[in-house]
Formats: sequence, structure tokens, C-alpha cells
Amino acid sequence: MEIIEILLTASFWAAAIRIASPLIFATLGELICERAGVLNLGIEGIMVAGAFSGWMAVYSGTGLWTGVCVAMLVGMLFGLLHSTLTVPFGLSQHVVGLGVTLLATSSTYYAYRLALPEVTSPPKIKAFQPFEIPILSDIPLLGPALFSQTPLTYLAFVLVAVVGVVLYRTPLGLAVRAAGENPAAVAAQGLSVTAIRMGAIMVGSGLMAVGGAFLTMSAFDSFFFEMVNGRGWICIALVVFGSWRPGKALLGAVLFAAFDALQIRVQQTSLGTQIPYQIFLMMPYILSIFALVLMSRRAEVPAALMVPFNKGER
Amino acid sequence: MRLEPIKNPTLARKLVPPAIALTTTIVIASLLATVAGADSFSVIGLILKGAFGSKFAILETLNRATPLIFTGLAVAVAFRAKFWNIGAEAQLYAGALMTVMLGTGVLPWPSFAILPLIIIASILAGAIVLLVPALLKTRLGVDEVVTTLLFNFIFLLFISMLLEGVLKDPMGMGWPKSARLIPEARLPRIVDGLRLHWGFGLAIFSAICIWIIQTRSTLGYEMRAVGLNKDAAAFAGIPVNVVIVKTALLSGGLAALAGFSEVAGLKGSLTLDLSPGFGYTGIIVAMLALLNPLGVVMAALFVAGIFVGADSMSRAADVPTYLADIMLATALLLMVLAIMLTRFRVVRR
Repeated sequence: MEIIEILLTASFWAAAIRIASPLIFATLGELICERAGVLNLGIEGIMVAGAFSGWMAVYSGTGLWTGVCVAMLVGMLFGLLHSTLTVPFGLSQHVVGLGVTLLATSSTYYAYRLALPEVTSPPKIKAFQPFEIPILSDIPLLGPALFSQTPLTYLAFVLVAVVGVVLYRTPLGLAVRAAGENPAAVAAQGLSVTAIRMGAIMVGSGLMAVGGAFLTMSAFDSFFFEMVNGRGWICIALVVFGSWRPGKALLGAVLFAAFDALQIRVQQTSLGTQIPYQIFLMMPYILSIFALVLMSRRAEVPAALMVPFNKGER
Repeated sequence: MRLEPIKNPTLARKLVPPAIALTTTIVIASLLATVAGADSFSVIGLILKGAFGSKFAILETLNRATPLIFTGLAVAVAFRAKFWNIGAEAQLYAGALMTVMLGTGVLPWPSFAILPLIIIASILAGAIVLLVPALLKTRLGVDEVVTTLLFNFIFLLFISMLLEGVLKDPMGMGWPKSARLIPEARLPRIVDGLRLHWGFGLAIFSAICIWIIQTRSTLGYEMRAVGLNKDAAAFAGIPVNVVIVKTALLSGGLAALAGFSEVAGLKGSLTLDLSPGFGYTGIIVAMLALLNPLGVVMAALFVAGIFVGADSMSRAADVPTYLADIMLATALLLMVLAIMLTRFRVVRR
């Protein structure tokens, strides 16, 4: 009964959308990489780097949107590293991805320690504030949930549409998808598979970093170690769950976030206090694995995912 | 640009790229140390001194290398068959869990039988933890990278739950910590008075066993065949899925031994900070070793040396200890590139 009551509150859905936002950015980023044929396991570390760099920029005095751009640039830089190693050199995408995650995470922590050596609790910034869209935010239930969010959340939803349109309605999107399905055909058209894949990884990594920055600049207002906490890996599961389609990935992210918001609230009910809290914290990860199992039969994996392309080799 | 295989690489071709990779790693580390306000050359010296500069330092490095040899072997075995086990961390805790469950005095066994029993039980625990992702992969086609990664988080929460519940030490002053092992369940020291336990010996022994399995047994041959080309292996009549499951059992068991050796040899009880990421670092160890089991021992010593050395350097020179992780990540990325360049030539056109 309590669960139904929770599901009918606007604050629950508002929380779900808020929790979904960083996942939407990062899932879109990973989706772009994988559509072009490259698995990007750097996602977890790139989110950490984005979370720190965006926040640090704002803390040192830039505007919020400049901070978002800084995070995006840092993400693209790690994307450049990842793509240089995986695309022209064709190195193992698993190893390079994990290496990039380790490098991004450790250099972020190193930079944090250097920038703020003496602090015990991290300083706060003035984060993005909720912006109520006139008229729309007055709709009961839906209004407070969807239209009283921070600007970054709106951006996340807009980006889903943009990525969808670009991937399916433009020559550029066709080239990206073809690079992930049949790179030889792309090369036969006179296009550079290397350039397409590297570009896709850099843009995707930039989006992952913005997803990380959402955590420090919109959901919270300061940077903590371990704050990304496996969200990147969950996004990889969400890409599979969404069958490599932006719309379905959005749906997956929101469903997932709704479940996450629900478990936080159930923890506080009379039933929830009798169950160890760790069970609730496990739920998002178990749910991700469950989603993978559910979708594995029907997944339409890009045919050339994780297959390096060396021009002139057959 | 295009990559062209080199037929007969010269000795220089084999040695120069890895040497450049290592030098670059050291240069990057010294530059970063300079950014932190330390003298770049002294930092590298301090790391070396902290890792190998005294008897105490060397023993500390050997101790730190022990779990890394196990997790490195676990990863090397799995990656050789292209089974991407990123979950050595969870399997490590499975072994540690089994060790404290059986080693705290619940077994009415003669003392000489307790350690062998715990070792076998730990191996089984780790193997079972990895069996789930392996079966999900072979039966349902679920990618093991994500499942093993997520298992790490799930299993750590599970351990946390047990440590605050049934496994909690009543004498632990409220800390989430298990009871201590009975003396019969502890791994003895190799030499009396020196802080090095037989877990290190077990690690070396395991490395030799895995090397023999990989080079001298049918299973080793099958694992390599599956890793090189799954379709060709299947065509040659190798039961690919069975080989993957066997690989997973072996890999999970090896990672679990890391947890066993840390608890039984070093810590004596289980806490949530038992492993500072030994499972993940095992991937670096395995890759630096080119997935060779004997190379894993050398790579683990190198990686452990950097960690131990960076710890002591960090205290002396006031440089954040995360420098060690940066060095390892850089070394990993540059080494995989360098190793590729020993076999391929970059052609412009």
C-alpha cells in the first residue's frame, strides 16, 4: 500500500527524473561510441573526471555553463586518448577502456588533492537551480515531475531527440551507424572509418563527462570520492537494454531511476527498516543484470562492435 | 595510416618500444610530481628506495605482491580464453568470506586438516561466484564484462551486510569486522620473525601450476584456441562453452586465493577494506605480463613495488599517493601500445 502511495507523489517522479539525468547523458555517450563500433569502458573514469572538472571550474569562478563546457572538453580529451589507441592502433577495447578509467579516476583524485590539500569536507558551489517552465509546470503530477527540473535535465531530454535525429535522419548519422555495422562499406564510399569512429568516441566521451558533471553541479553541489559509484557500468547495461536506440535507452534510464528512487523511499517505510539497507543498495546493480538477461535474446548488437578496422586488410 | 605485420622482428624492434613506454611513464610521473611541488628526480628515487631500499621494504613489497599474483593469474587465465573477468574483486572477497566462515573455530577438525580444507573451500567459493556470469554468457549470451563488473558492487554490499549482521565480531567494539581466525587457520610465516607468510609461496606455486596447465595440458591448449578464434576452435571440435566455464572456474578460484591469503596470512580477520582494488589491479598485472603466468609474478612485484614505494614517497615528499595509480594506468596504456608496435609497423599512405 505504501508503495502505491509513493508512486502517486510528484516528488517521487521528480526524483526519478533527477536520478535519470546523469544516466541519460552517459548512456547517450556510450551509445554513440558503440554505434560507431567501439566499446568505451572508459565511461566510469570519464564521468569521475567530468564531475570534478566541471565543479572545479565553477569553484574557481567560471559560470555554470562554462563549467559544463570544461567538463565536456576534459571528457573529449580522454575520448581522444581512448580513440587514438583503439581506432588507428586497434588495441584491445577492454584493456584500453579500463586503463582510461583508471587513468581518469586517479588523475582526478590527484588533481583534487593538489587543488584542495587541506580540506576535510569538500567546499560547495552554487549549483544549477530548478527552473519552472511556465504553464507546463502547473500540470498536476506531471508538472512538478517533468517541468520543475534544472536546465541540465532539460538538456538531457533534448539531447535524446537530437541524437536520435542525427543518427537516423542525417548522412552523418548514417555514416556513424555504418561504421559500426559494416566499416568496409564506409571505406568503399571514400569515407574515413578512422575519422568517424574517433569523432564518435570523442563526442560520446564528452557526453559521459557532462553526465558526471550533472552529479556535482545539479544533483549535489560538491565533489566526493566514489560519487560516480558504478553509474558508468550501469549505463553500459542501459545501452544494451535500449537495443542501441536513444529513445529506448531513455526509457530504460527513467525506469531504472524510478526503481532507484523507489528503493530509497521504501527503505524509510516500516517494512523497509526491517531489511538490511545493503539489500536496497544492491537492487540497482541486480536490476541492471536482470535487464541484460531479459534483453540478451533480442539485442541487435552493432555487427562490427569491438572489431577493429584496418584499411586494406581483409 | 595503416598497420603492417613485421615478419621477422629484430631484437631492437622487440626491445625499443617497451623501453620507450617505461621511460615515458617515468617522465610523466616526474612531471606530475613537479606539479605537486616536489623535486622530480628525488621522487623516483624515493619510490625505488621505499619499495626495495631495505629488508623491511622488500618484505613489504613481497607481501603486497602476493594478492596481486593471484588476481593477476586469475585475469591472465581468463583473458587468454577471451573471457573478460573484471570481477576478480568479488571473487577475492568470496575467498576471504569462506576463510573467516570456516577458520574461526567452527570446524571440529584436527588442526593439520583445517588449512587445506579452507583453501579448497575458498577456491570453490570464488569459482561459484564467477560461474554465474560464465553461465549467463554461455547459456544466454549476456556479456560478461558488465555482469562481472556489477557483481563486484553486489558482492561488496553482501559482505558489508554480513559484517554488520551474522559475521559481526561481538568483541569488535561496534566495527563491521569479523571474528579473528583461530591460530590453526593462520598461514605461518616463511621465516620466523620476518613479516612474510606462506601465501607468497602458494602464489608462486600457483603461477607454476598455471604455467604447466597452459603449456602442457589439453585444457591449456583448448583455452588458447578458444581465445584465438572461437569459431575455428568450435570447428575443430573443441566444446567452446565447456572450455569457457572451466576457464571461469579456474579464474574465480585463483582470485579467491588472494582473499584467502590476505585474511589467513596477513590480516587475520575480514573487514570491508581488505582489498584496495587488488581485483582491478590484477588486470594491469596480467596485461603487463602479456598474460604469461610466470610473467605475472614479475609484473606483480613491479606493480607492488610502485604501490609500496609511492606510499613511502608520499609521506616523505608530500605528493598525493594517487601518483602510483596514474603511473600504473600510464604504464598499462603505453605498454599495450608498445607491445603492438613490436609486431606491427605503422605505414603512412
